[in-house]
Amino acid sequence: MQVANKLSPFFENLNFERDDNTMVINFGPQHPSAHGQLRLVLELDGEQVVKAYPDIGYLHRGIEKMAENMTYNEFLPTTDRLDYIASTSNNYAYALAVEKLLGIEAPRRAQVIRTMLLELNRVISHLFFIATHALDVGAMSVFLYAFREREFGMDLMEDYCGARLTHSAVRIGGVPLDLPANWLENLAAFCDKVEYELEHTYEALLTENRIWKMRLEDVGVISAEDALNWGCTGVMLRGSGVKYDIRKEEPYELYAELDFDVPVSDRCDSYGRYRLYMEEMKQSVRIMRQLIPMYAQTQPQLMAHAPKYISATKEDIMTQNYALMQHFVLVTQGMRPPKGEVYVPTESPKGELGFYIKSEGEPYAYRLKCRAPSFFHTGLLQKLLVGTYIADVVTIIGTTNIVFGEVDR
Amino acid sequence: MRKYVPKDNVQGKSYYTDRFWVAPRVPREEVTDAHFTGVVATLGVLAKEAHVELGQLIVHIDARDNVAVIKALKEACGYTQCSEQSAVDYLAKDGEFELFYQLLNVNEAKRARVVCRIKKGEAIESIVPLFNSANFAEREMFDMFGIKVNNHPFLKRILMPDDWEGHPLLKTYPLHGDEFASWYEVDKIFGKEYRDIIGPENRDPAKVDRHDTKRFARIGYEVPFGTDISEGETQKEIEYSEALLVNYNKKESKTLDKRR
Repeated sequence: MQVANKLSPFFENLNFERDDNTMVINFGPQHPSAHGQLRLVLELDGEQVVKAYPDIGYLHRGIEKMAENMTYNEFLPTTDRLDYIASTSNNYAYALAVEKLLGIEAPRRAQVIRTMLLELNRVISHLFFIATHALDVGAMSVFLYAFREREFGMDLMEDYCGARLTHSAVRIGGVPLDLPANWLENLAAFCDKVEYELEHTYEALLTENRIWKMRLEDVGVISAEDALNWGCTGVMLRGSGVKYDIRKEEPYELYAELDFDVPVSDRCDSYGRYRLYMEEMKQSVRIMRQLIPMYAQTQPQLMAHAPKYISATKEDIMTQNYALMQHFVLVTQGMRPPKGEVYVPTESPKGELGFYIKSEGEPYAYRLKCRAPSFFHTGLLQKLLVGTYIADVVTIIGTTNIVFGEVDR
Repeated sequence: MRKYVPKDNVQGKSYYTDRFWVAPRVPREEVTDAHFTGVVATLGVLAKEAHVELGQLIVHIDARDNVAVIKALKEACGYTQCSEQSAVDYLAKDGEFELFYQLLNVNEAKRARVVCRIKKGEAIESIVPLFNSANFAEREMFDMFGIKVNNHPFLKRILMPDDWEGHPLLKTYPLHGDEFASWYEVDKIFGKEYRDIIGPENRDPAKVDRHDTKRFARIGYEVPFGTDISEGETQKEIEYSEALLVNYNKKESKTLDKRR
């Protein structure tokens, strides 16, 4: 019999010894397919999962607590660390929530740039999904090809904002920078590249691949009612046959003007979701192509004109006394939004990313709640994994596309 | 006299205050939308107050009616998804928590928020039988605020460790943690009695000791490994190489320092 103490806890599977048929294993927190710090406690009967318990919190940094102790503009770079695969979508969701609260709208050019960046981030995130999901299932070469294209996308982000991963490319009230020279040409080339590679590389490698289909078809099946009940959003919801895309249903930014389709699958399994990710990338490319000519028709203003909340342009600050005073007050004290509460949902690559902000009229948010899609998709695992085989666990974790920066916050 | 710092809310506060500044309010609109009117009519007396704020319906209810209201919203009004559930700490001001349930109607693309208040120490009924998404959300609320949820299938801390003390999102909880938080690892690994032996200066593994010559070196003040420099060290001239081309003699350059 083992003697456990604080420095050497139990290391053998006592439950297995006691009940002699179900075995409890720890999947993670250090597992290459756990997509971060996920600890799954699985109870196995033979190779079948009887009970799954996702244990999270290994990456908890208290981002909601930090939001209560930072002014609104100070907090924005922190949102990069939520879904670090597509940072701009977090920045944007937060900025949009604050803008709703303030009652301001970004100027047209900023909207065009933001929508481009959001879709670029969606492509980057989906490429990452394809890469890691294929790697988890066992297709190494797709990982290399998808990461190659993702690098081009990140190069575009780097050209725009200087960062590859934690972008902070959106500000409350607009965007900080105009597009650099040749950026639109590079974006168009990236669109061509992604579209070509989607058809000739990823789909050619995977879609009709026998092993890929065997590993994904009828794995991780979730019905439409369950998907709604467990709080699934994004591809997880559309993969179960519920056609709900926030960009279409509750349009924000320029999505009301853009022409794109919302792919839906009623297969309810991992393969259907994989097809949706591929299709969504094509739609993102389509959206970006429509946005490129829209940029030239806009005025050069990048930040909304709202002197109570938003600093003036650098040129005005340097030349005009009042703009400088205003900027000084906003930087040292922070903006004071009106009292009220707001919940703004956006369609991030992972699903519905929403920020609930409760403002008491102070420069610090009284309460900020980040509604992260991955958090609810992780909760779903305790339903989805039961009855599956241990070999499919990795596929199912991969198909939920969870990112732990967002789960643990 | 030192300025009084309230202990019931230790979160960030503005240094600059204007006595005469009155914060404006986001306008609360009457419920005129056809769908929302129907929702309020369905709830009847259960809805104590209803208004529309920034396009979403907000219904204030009694905390004891939460399951009945959400059941009515789910079954009669088509709110088939509970997007989010959490609380806001108003203990300092009102001695209450404000709980909210953010609901989504997929067919109508409408969102409603059910808001209720509970006193400190009161529990709320779980809505997991209606929405499984509340399973994790209610656990997080319990973890962050210490609000007990009755009939929850597995009410346990979710983000913080199981043996944690305190609830981090309370307004009384400081940003950098409390006494318990700062000694958590020491208490867990060595036991409480080791707090004095280890001391606050060794608790932090990122601490930099200026006199430590085993891990750090000061440029211009280099000393041999492990020398005691608590009495101070002498400055050395920094020598710059004058040679344009360096002859890298492979045999000599490979000799390693013996003490490593």
